Amino acid sequence: MNNISRLKKFTTAGAVGLVAACTSAPNPQDSDRLAQQIIQSSFREQGIAKLDRLTQDDLQKACSAETPPPESVARQLEAAQLATVQWPKDGAWLGDWREGEKLAQNGRGGTWSDPAGVPAGGNCYNCHQITPTEISFGTIGPSLYQYGKLRGVANPADPASQAVVRYTWGKLWNAKAYNACSGMPRFGDKGVLTPAQIRDLMALLLDPQSPVNAR
Amino acid sequence: MTPRARPLLAAALLAALLAAAGAAPAQTSTADGIAQYRALLADGNPADLWEAKGEALWKQKRGPKNASLEACDLGRGPGVVKGAFVALPRFFADTGRVQDLESRLLTCLQAQQGFDAAAIAATPFGQGEQLNIESLVTYIAAESRGMTFELPQAHAEERRMFEAGKKIFFFRGGPYDFACASCHGETGKRIRLQDLPNLTANPGDGVGIAAWPAYRVSSGELWSMQRRLNDCYRQQRFPYPGYASDATIALGVYMGVQARGAASVAPAIKR
Repeated sequence: MNNISRLKKFTTAGAVGLVAACTSAPNPQDSDRLAQQIIQSSFREQGIAKLDRLTQDDLQKACSAETPPPESVARQLEAAQLATVQWPKDGAWLGDWREGEKLAQNGRGGTWSDPAGVPAGGNCYNCHQITPTEISFGTIGPSLYQYGKLRGVANPADPASQAVVRYTWGKLWNAKAYNACSGMPRFGDKGVLTPAQIRDLMALLLDPQSPVNAR
Repeated sequence: MTPRARPLLAAALLAALLAAAGAAPAQTSTADGIAQYRALLADGNPADLWEAKGEALWKQKRGPKNASLEACDLGRGPGVVKGAFVALPRFFADTGRVQDLESRLLTCLQAQQGFDAAAIAATPFGQGEQLNIESLVTYIAAESRGMTFELPQAHAEERRMFEAGKKIFFFRGGPYDFACASCHGETGKRIRLQDLPNLTANPGDGVGIAAWPAYRVSSGELWSMQRRLNDCYRQQRFPYPGYASDATIALGVYMGVQARGAASVAPAIKR
């Protein structure tokens, strides 16, 4: 049978074709093996992007399927990720929101075209709305406009704000601590951002003077 | 207008549109502005230049064997170009592999014309023989304009590559934990102002695999699907995918099969 008539058969007898395709579909172990083989043989290192980036940790493995892992697995992963968070030792949670805004705008870092040793940005606007004046924002993550205000943070130093402040730090340090297969990078845990940079992003989100919260 | 003059004009247009949109417009008016910008750009796609050059290259006698590519089999028989693009990647008996358009062109450049396929695969995008491949893929894609994607899945290797491609699509790695699915797993999402096709389902006519190769206004370049995937992996913070490597081909099978029935607009015009 030539390819054209094979295609016609597929379209005119779609249901039959589907059943046939399913019964002869590759088994999952074979697909896993093949995918692994292909990944290991298809890439080469370039610049700062070395081949060890293809070695998955437990979390990456668990979050690489079409469907998320079961609840119980997700909770275990989250607990393990939460344990990685390094909390500020000196109680200084917030830095400068102006520096935070620069970081939020900055999408550089981590690619094979980025030079070694240059501090990475936060990539925040790629996925989030943040200040009202920046209209070029992505929508993969939730809007962070009025982040602190909506959570009732009038004074970040107030003990009443502590839970939100602490959660925000944890989320920036390791987003997977609260949502195992979150799309957000583990900025602190993976060493993408420094504690000082995270403080500045904290200020952008929580400082009442930040354009995120100021009216 | 020369291709080089376009990016400047485009930047000016975009700036004007965004300024007109005001300080804090709703998302929809931003999207409208972008759509308007694209409509202005689509009025004459510079990819036409690559298409014309590609047609000439297909017929021209070149290479150590001084032969044309007219005996090249892109899956519909030797020399048949029309309809080939919308049925790739597919299995080829002569190489025993599933191949996408570009890996198949490497086979033909070597077999018909005597070029060194490995050397071309190692050539950076936008240089040397890669420039000719840009034109060839544009011509070959354009010959299937308006046709719908119907990748064959009758061969066991084609089905294996689909399943492997799906796994690779969802494979998370690197310092940012990104997979293809991180950006292309949901409908209606954007990076900054750039709309992202959901490639886990059929993204529709002229979107995703049905758009590339495409002329990119921002860089004034013609990007093949291989180059598109390469830059996706760069932004995914992954190592460098080999040109025409199996990972890129498996992803092509996954995207192509998902897009069954979608009409091709390639070569498209992009921001």
